[in-house]
Amino acid sequence: MLQISTWKRVLIWAFTALILFMAVPNLFYPRVESHNDALKQIEAAGATPELQEAVSAWPSWMPSGLLNLGLDLRGGAYLLADVQVEDVYAERMNGYWPEVRDALREKRDTVGAIRRVDGPAGELHVKIANPEARAEAIETAKGVSRPILSLTGVGSNDIEVTGQGDTLIVTLSEAEKIATDDRTVKQSLEIVRRRVDEAGTREPSIQRQGETRIIIQVPGIGSAQELKDLIGQTAKLTFHPVVSRTSDPEANPGARNLLVPSMDESGTYYIIEETFVVSGDELTDAQPSFDQNGRPAVSFRFNPTGARKFGDYTRDNIGSPFAIVLDNEVISAPTIQDHIPGGSGIITGNFTIEESTNLAVLLRAGALPAEMTFLQERTIGPELGADSIEAGRIATIVAFIAVLAFMWLSYGLFGIFANIALIINVGLIFGLLSIIGATLTLPGIAGIVLTVGMAVDANVLVFERIREELKTARGPSRAIELGYEKALSAILDANVTTFITAAILFALGSGPVRGFAITLGLGILTSVFCAIYITRMLIVMWFERRRPKTIEV
Amino acid sequence: MRLKLVPDDFNWDFFKRWKLTFGASALAMVVSVVLFFAVGLNFGIDFLGGTTIRTESTQEVDVGLYRQAIAPLGLGDVSITEVFDASFDADQHVAQVRIQSQEGAESITEQTIAALEAALKSVDPAITFPSVESVGPKVSNELVWTAVQAVVFSIAAVLFYIWLRFEWQFSLGAVIALVHDVTLTIGVFCLLQIRFDLTIIAALLTIVGYSINDTVIVFDRVRENLRRYKKMQLMEVLNISINETMSRTVMTSGTTLLALFALYALGGDVIRGFVFAMIWGIVVGTYSSIFVASPILLWLGVKRDWSKPSQGGGTQFADVDA
Repeated sequence: MLQISTWKRVLIWAFTALILFMAVPNLFYPRVESHNDALKQIEAAGATPELQEAVSAWPSWMPSGLLNLGLDLRGGAYLLADVQVEDVYAERMNGYWPEVRDALREKRDTVGAIRRVDGPAGELHVKIANPEARAEAIETAKGVSRPILSLTGVGSNDIEVTGQGDTLIVTLSEAEKIATDDRTVKQSLEIVRRRVDEAGTREPSIQRQGETRIIIQVPGIGSAQELKDLIGQTAKLTFHPVVSRTSDPEANPGARNLLVPSMDESGTYYIIEETFVVSGDELTDAQPSFDQNGRPAVSFRFNPTGARKFGDYTRDNIGSPFAIVLDNEVISAPTIQDHIPGGSGIITGNFTIEESTNLAVLLRAGALPAEMTFLQERTIGPELGADSIEAGRIATIVAFIAVLAFMWLSYGLFGIFANIALIINVGLIFGLLSIIGATLTLPGIAGIVLTVGMAVDANVLVFERIREELKTARGPSRAIELGYEKALSAILDANVTTFITAAILFALGSGPVRGFAITLGLGILTSVFCAIYITRMLIVMWFERRRPKTIEV
Repeated sequence: MRLKLVPDDFNWDFFKRWKLTFGASALAMVVSVVLFFAVGLNFGIDFLGGTTIRTESTQEVDVGLYRQAIAPLGLGDVSITEVFDASFDADQHVAQVRIQSQEGAESITEQTIAALEAALKSVDPAITFPSVESVGPKVSNELVWTAVQAVVFSIAAVLFYIWLRFEWQFSLGAVIALVHDVTLTIGVFCLLQIRFDLTIIAALLTIVGYSINDTVIVFDRVRENLRRYKKMQLMEVLNISINETMSRTVMTSGTTLLALFALYALGGDVIRGFVFAMIWGIVVGTYSSIFVASPILLWLGVKRDWSKPSQGGGTQFADVDA
């Protein structure tokens, strides 16, 4: 029975044609890419004649999905960052201190005088005068805690209080730590995304990996260092009251004060109060600008609460200096000349225009909640990527031609059927990759070449089987039919096992390895499809027209 | 006229010297294990941590000069190898500089890269750095663990699938053949000291996939012939099955190797190690389906009564119709 019903034929050809159609944009890669870029720019910044021209270079009714080229093919930088989530704990504990203090003060009669003492980072240590009343003090401090409202932390509170001698130790509870970590990483992710987007590079990929890690891939950027410079700065801007100025780097700043170096004048240090007046979190805008002497500067504006705090402080402290601190360096420490009520101001320093532009970007995007360390990095130059594409292209074409020739020599006409299916197969792989928006990497190209070699396997199995069945001489039609029937279990078993390994590679691999797993896995699917539908249909169509008495495979 | 690599009347006794071939495989595995412990793999930075820098220059690479330039920086273990490739231009000279993980830093610091680049520029002003890659020790430990997991998982999954579709003897035979292929591939990497990095793990898994593919084809035929020749000796059945599938085995390995050789010669030096692993794996994978998996089947013995179709499930997929 060599019949295939008409609707099945239509379905198979329609499906194949559709996916091949989706692969077409990749043949006109540069044109479609500029079309897509122009569309994006028009959406963001309005149309210009050049952009319109780029858009019209590719018809809008055509699909415009392209294979993304991986960093190893396009050049660019890759970073694996680890967010130091513990950084946030200390800040959280500082936030609890006033509440704990007020609660304990109410119980002054029993617990006595209280005092905050230094503890390890992320712990709040409070000394109480009456160690006997420790139990009550712990209870009081616990009263400050709030229940956690997250799914995983049901039934637990956000802080835990223990005692040791005359010291209360307040820490975040485990559930709260998990919730805080998650928030910190999400926030970092968002800020990294904003900073990379502001820099305007194309198709950056920023993903969370695991609990505390972020993978950042930016094509087209010069080096991993540039990328680090862009995202690695915490850009924490704070305004502090200045206590004094010194040139002694070993100076003791005193309790709850900080010794901070000056950014521009080396050898100058400022002693500032640890508690800031207002921070960059309350900025609504920051723009690069110039001061009255025409030097690059950054102008900023606070939100209403920030503006009020800033206004109140300047009104009360006219004549005294205050420090603008960025990432633990004093940018400048001007003296307050007058009450500044509007909540806007300007930061001057020894900036270049580029620095002031960058600083404005960083301030606008917001400060990273925690520092990031970089566990892995990769820089690939664009020339190396171009060389790799060229080498991959030549290797694929040569492999392709060699396999086509080999099949034709071995199986004659049937080999040509298999070859047509193989060409369609590669088209299908590219179509599917474009549809799912996969990224093509160098190992991915290797996966395609490997598929070209292995894709003929299913056809070979069938053809060999048909040859065997022909020996028993039951007529060509029956031999073809039996060939397909009997080869099928081998084809399926063999390909399912290979597919299992591709799936495991995809699940456990990362980066380039994953790219390889995708092309290998898709290649298995398409090659089985091509062998049992496309080649078969070609053979059936040929057989119906010719009705040969004998066939040679 | 047809190209026929395997003649129609091909009939070879694969089990005539099975003790010899099986012994040779066992010996090769032992040698691989000894090599692994005595010489060890040339692990890349994916697994050891550290930094590799690819340098390119119009001047000839002088490894000694590079080494002298880098030595004063005190970066610990530095390895410098020149890279050759047919696709390079005449004045394109590429080298790979690898330094170990630096203490106190996960990924490489800006200062180290800058110092390194300055040192190399001082001996060769035309030098450029097309790629820099750095992996911290924390990540490399995890990568090793994931890689081992991936290989073990895939072997276990295959073991399970074959057991489901065939019998446990087939499953064991296939998996021993797999272990054979992976061991021999690791052995050859120890012997030739080719850099072993994450992509090689991908190659290993592909070898696992290919080798199992090949073994399954032979086993599928064995299962069919066991039904057909109920009274025949097992060794005879195995031999017939291997001979019948020989033509296919040679064709598929042939086309795959053809494609891989093209990639090896023309695909550039970046993935050469990866392609080499696959070529080697396909050769040993094809060999092991015949000379390792089948003798194990012979040794373990198999169920002879396949008349009840429910047990083997051999044709349960065969009703897929086009």
